[in-house]
Amino acid sequence: MANVPEDLHYSKDHEWVRVDGDQAIIGITDYAQDSLGDVVYVELPKAGDEFAANESFGSVESVKAVSEVFTPVAGAVVKINESLADEPETVNSDPYGDGWMIRVKMSNPGEVDSLLTAAEYEDFTKAESE
Amino acid sequence: MTTGITKVTKHISPNEQLIFERSQTGRIGYRLPALDVDESTLDIPAEFRRDDDLEGMPEVSEVDVIRHFIRMSTWNYSIDLGMYPLGSCTMKYNSRLNERVARIAGFANLHPLTGEQDAQGALQVIYELQQHLAEITGLPGISLQPAAGAHGEMTGIMIIRAFLDARDGAAASHRRTMLIPDSAHGTNPASAHLSGFSVKTIKSTAEGLTDLDHLRELCAHGEVAGLMLTNPNTLGLFERNIKQICEIVHEAGGLVYMDGANMNALVGVARPGDMGVDVIHLNLHKTFSTPHGGGGPGSGPCCCTKELEPFLPVPRIVKSNESTFRLDYDQPRSIGRVKAFFGNYGMMLRALAYTLTHGNDGLREATEAAVLNARYIAAGLVDDYDKPFAGAPMHEVVFTDKRQSRKGVHTLDIAKRLIDYGFHPMTIYFPLIVQGAMLIEPTESVGRQELDQFIDAMKSIASEAVEDPELVLNAPHDTRIGRLDEATAARKPVLRWKP
Repeated sequence: MANVPEDLHYSKDHEWVRVDGDQAIIGITDYAQDSLGDVVYVELPKAGDEFAANESFGSVESVKAVSEVFTPVAGAVVKINESLADEPETVNSDPYGDGWMIRVKMSNPGEVDSLLTAAEYEDFTKAESE
Repeated sequence: MTTGITKVTKHISPNEQLIFERSQTGRIGYRLPALDVDESTLDIPAEFRRDDDLEGMPEVSEVDVIRHFIRMSTWNYSIDLGMYPLGSCTMKYNSRLNERVARIAGFANLHPLTGEQDAQGALQVIYELQQHLAEITGLPGISLQPAAGAHGEMTGIMIIRAFLDARDGAAASHRRTMLIPDSAHGTNPASAHLSGFSVKTIKSTAEGLTDLDHLRELCAHGEVAGLMLTNPNTLGLFERNIKQICEIVHEAGGLVYMDGANMNALVGVARPGDMGVDVIHLNLHKTFSTPHGGGGPGSGPCCCTKELEPFLPVPRIVKSNESTFRLDYDQPRSIGRVKAFFGNYGMMLRALAYTLTHGNDGLREATEAAVLNARYIAAGLVDDYDKPFAGAPMHEVVFTDKRQSRKGVHTLDIAKRLIDYGFHPMTIYFPLIVQGAMLIEPTESVGRQELDQFIDAMKSIASEAVEDPELVLNAPHDTRIGRLDEATAARKPVLRWKP
């Protein structure tokens, strides 16, 4: 069963959001990394880039496919996880920790409330794999 | 009592060394006669002379070289060896007759800059193939220039853009959205993007078809330049609402581009032009049996309506009177050249040979056999594998690993195990909208016997996945090397040999 930490917010595109003041740290879920298989390349934006909610901010390439990743909340990129360039496998081994992707300054912090809770996301993935 | 026979290691190592590693100091594969001219009189400029005594080159004999490459060639799996059911790739047999035609010296040795008066036969081949393909697609405008499928796609999209610019003038700059279903080949959004369009994705219905409501909703935004649709789509399902789809896009002022990758389900039976499609590309290297992949090169002709014809690449190959063919460069609205000379000419010869040897009835029968074969596999495997869409498939059928994955056996494992049974695996993990997809396209080139063998192999793997999952998880077992570490190969690729 995929790991779904309680303290995070989730999108239906399988991203997670960790709120840190007015900033959000974004990555992909354990379920997502497991479905993708071994990640071999992560393409991330540059710091300063701005994204609307649900916009594609990069892509994750696994041995199976290339998939876009989306910003669950709108904002400007403050920082990206540079280490994924050399160690993309971190997305598989630690999706909620060292495998984080971008940190954004949210333009509308209230947006996180519209995201799924851990329990809701768990139900959503169960329904999806039915 | 001993037999006196000493067991030796296998004579020919399946782990062939690199040619550099086979090098033996002083071994050569040639002996030149003594130089009978004064070397100092040879006027070769210093910059063209090697002075490293071929340092680092392998020192091998002729027989070493021949055996090295022949041994490696035996590791290959090819369409001449067996069934190659890669979905969406149409790996059909390439007949020897087509190869022979392509090698006719008058064609093969003709210089591409030969004047048109001296190349009439070659131009006639292009012209006649154009006529056949126009008839098959129901689209009269045609260029054989594009060198492959994605190239033909991009040519088609550039034509749409040029047409919209001519029709709408400055207003065309607001019409820059290309609609693409979520089941499409990845090359579709790439072609649209390269041609200056932004892409919006259309959802598929639970049935696996284009969602008409979503299409209408996207068309209502008013910026729609066109739709890129594969039909049958990549799930192997015929978009039975195709006429309605085309009408919706046309009413919104857009054009319909059809990706012809799956034309092997339609040739001789149904014509995209009659469905309302404006422009299509064909893959001669799929549907028309010209070699594929490493055996290429490809060829991706672009066919379009009369309305779009002025925008096709130049030169156009036209008939100036009953028996004379010429190159027409005088097409001021053309998007210009998309390839040097006339395209991959050898492929046109092969495709013309394929078309003529089949004839109208033969082309239709090939299509019918391709669809029948896919349906035979669909029926044969439906009890053992999850078939996510109930509809009858056309020339290819998609299954998933849903049942097997409960035991930890996934699509990749099933594909690897299939190698042990002597088959090339099917396309896996595509289309992306189907989790654990296995896309199987047998083509018309296999008979019932081989289809049954394939079905038996897949059924056997399905039972192994339950009874002995480890066997499947560690496959392949009967190959020269076992399961490759694809993740490490992609993460830390070794791209060249170093001493």
